[in-house]
Amino acid sequence: MINWLKYKYIYFSISLLALSLSIFGLLRWGLKLGVDFTGGVMAEYKLIKNAPTEAITSQIEKELGVNVSSISQVGSDDVYLFRLSNIDENQKEKLNKILKDATNGKVEELRFESVGPSVGPELVKKTIYAVLISSFFILLMVARQFSSFKFGVSAILAMFHDTFILIGSFAWFGRFFSAEVDFLFVTALLTTLSFSVHDTIVVYDRIRELQKKEGGEITSLANRALSETMVRSLNNSFTIIFMLLAMILLGGSTVKWFAAALLVGTISGTYSSPFVAVPLLVVWNSVEEKMRLRRLSK
Amino acid sequence: MWNNGYMKSPLFKVIAIFLVTLICLYISLPAKLPVKFKVGRYSFDKTLERGNIDLKLGRFSFKRSLDLVLGLDLAGGSHLVFEADLSKIPEGEKATALSSLKEVIERRVNFFGVSEPNVQTSLFEGKSRIIVELPGVSDPRDATALIGQTAQLVFAEVKEIKEGEGEKKTNELPFTFSDLTGADLKKASVVFDNTTGKPSVSLEFTPEGAKKFETLTERNVNKVLPIFLDNEIISAPLVKEKIAGGMAQITGDFTLDEAKKMTIQLNAGALPVPVKLIEQRTVGATLGEESIQRSIQAGLIGLFMVVLFMVLSYGWLGLIASIALFVFAVISLALYKLIPVVLTLPGIAGFLLSVGMAVDSNILIFERFKEERPRRPLREALEVSFGRAWDSIRDANIATLTTAFVLANPFDWGFLHTSGPVRGFAITLALGVGLSMFTGIVVSRNLLRVFVREKNKND
Repeated sequence: MINWLKYKYIYFSISLLALSLSIFGLLRWGLKLGVDFTGGVMAEYKLIKNAPTEAITSQIEKELGVNVSSISQVGSDDVYLFRLSNIDENQKEKLNKILKDATNGKVEELRFESVGPSVGPELVKKTIYAVLISSFFILLMVARQFSSFKFGVSAILAMFHDTFILIGSFAWFGRFFSAEVDFLFVTALLTTLSFSVHDTIVVYDRIRELQKKEGGEITSLANRALSETMVRSLNNSFTIIFMLLAMILLGGSTVKWFAAALLVGTISGTYSSPFVAVPLLVVWNSVEEKMRLRRLSK
Repeated sequence: MWNNGYMKSPLFKVIAIFLVTLICLYISLPAKLPVKFKVGRYSFDKTLERGNIDLKLGRFSFKRSLDLVLGLDLAGGSHLVFEADLSKIPEGEKATALSSLKEVIERRVNFFGVSEPNVQTSLFEGKSRIIVELPGVSDPRDATALIGQTAQLVFAEVKEIKEGEGEKKTNELPFTFSDLTGADLKKASVVFDNTTGKPSVSLEFTPEGAKKFETLTERNVNKVLPIFLDNEIISAPLVKEKIAGGMAQITGDFTLDEAKKMTIQLNAGALPVPVKLIEQRTVGATLGEESIQRSIQAGLIGLFMVVLFMVLSYGWLGLIASIALFVFAVISLALYKLIPVVLTLPGIAGFLLSVGMAVDSNILIFERFKEERPRRPLREALEVSFGRAWDSIRDANIATLTTAFVLANPFDWGFLHTSGPVRGFAITLALGVGLSMFTGIVVSRNLLRVFVREKNKND
């Protein structure tokens, strides 16, 4: 049997590195917030190949008097994504006219999203509520299931580890691939919460089963549980990763980053169950044991 | 007891599963399916048409179209969010004003002739929102302009039509609008008649409105006094006598619902609420079409990879898991149509994700089986693996279901998301996880039982 827990400080170092990178990314660049958070317009138009985006940008800024954050190509070579500050109906009419002139009337509006400035702060608040409620229920469930506060807290810590890495990864994706944080990212975040715990519960279940059946010292029990569940953990994640990869590679622009967020969550969740949640539990146990012995010897 | 034993036999269950799958397969077919093939000299070229459910059993009738209900992001359409400005409405009347506003907006939306529009209100930290969804409307300019108007309530008088003149002027409205408007109406409410106990509608006017109403009724005794909301008559009561004092009652043969509805409409004029468009999301039909195509492609390729992986890792066990996965996919699609679930792009993502997760229960069982196999005979090892793995499957899936519950927010709690895309994802994910417990346990288990038994016979 492999002595997984012998290397627990390596696992902790890997997690620490990932967390530091997340903190670095968040502090250095922050998240690239989408219109759902900042308010503004995001619109997708089918124009012509090699549309004169610079001319269009300056024309929009001059005639509408609004700020154009970016016009970028997405997917096929005649589809462009526009990001601007909020516009009213008259300004939208002007925008349509500019695009019509620039493309000889070949413009087609694929999608138009305009979000007022008051929506973003609400989204943030609702997200925090949702995360808190989910975590609370999950903590309650895990604690009840294993009738142990230690199991519950370790599982939740591993869960926050995954959440944080997911958020941090989007600081990097935002910087290098201009990925934005939107409604769907929030959904992916919450799904990661449950993913993370899903895997942890399977390992904990095994530890508990062995504890009941054979008893003994937690480190060796945990080692056995890890060996017995490792293949299952990896295989299960592979099937999920296949589905997500297919979505990232083939799905449209709307779901691409959503699937990417779920992928980061899945990978981190798979890693954190055996290499964060279980070592945490074991370390906690041994610290507790040492404290008890010290108290006894006094 | 032979019947009971028969029902319990795995073979019987496998046949039952097969039949259920066939029915679900039929349900999940598209409405029209062209089938073309050639066998030797015979060629077959026909379009299969799937019917819809139309059951009649005595007094019960159950009708359901078996087409997928697509959300705005797939079918194209507009999602509009308005913020209602309730600052000028007195504290106690705010709820009334909001429900009246919703009623008015629903009337205006219906006027557009959109199929299945959806109007919802939401409250978050004291801010009132009206969410309007218009499927198929890709240019919502006219709709926003119309919805954005403040409701206009006005009392009108019927014009005197002199003999012989009526036929000439049919184009002209036979009404004149009076100066008594919604601003003069303080509020309307449902009251019950003391003697008959029937519901009627009570009107309360402002002091100024009371004076106007008095002169208006004086002029129109024994005539009707039509009340217009947004240029449509909502009521035309007959004036029996001059009414002073600013209180009036509209009586008639109303049901309680009719009286309530009229009150809501009158209050829409009495408590006018200005609205402002704060969010607009429009998706054209072409983008939705493309999204569907891409999702189907992604789904098929992902599914193929999963099946390949399972067969390579677990051999014939993996093959059985793949059959169970097929059953899972077909039943899911059928459920989406039967419930019906409004399918959005994130919803499809939720479904694809649940396909990836659905094999998890099988993997758990098979890994367990590998451990148990050396210790026990084949069949016993299988049964033990199923029993042991079930605890983990149940515990692990409850976590996902909990989060899905928070995301789906089925009770419309104002402090959580009520948005369509998030909800669409949560619903398909929850359905998928729930169903995967069934297919993982019941379907794979019985398939394996039958399969293993056959193998033993041959041994």
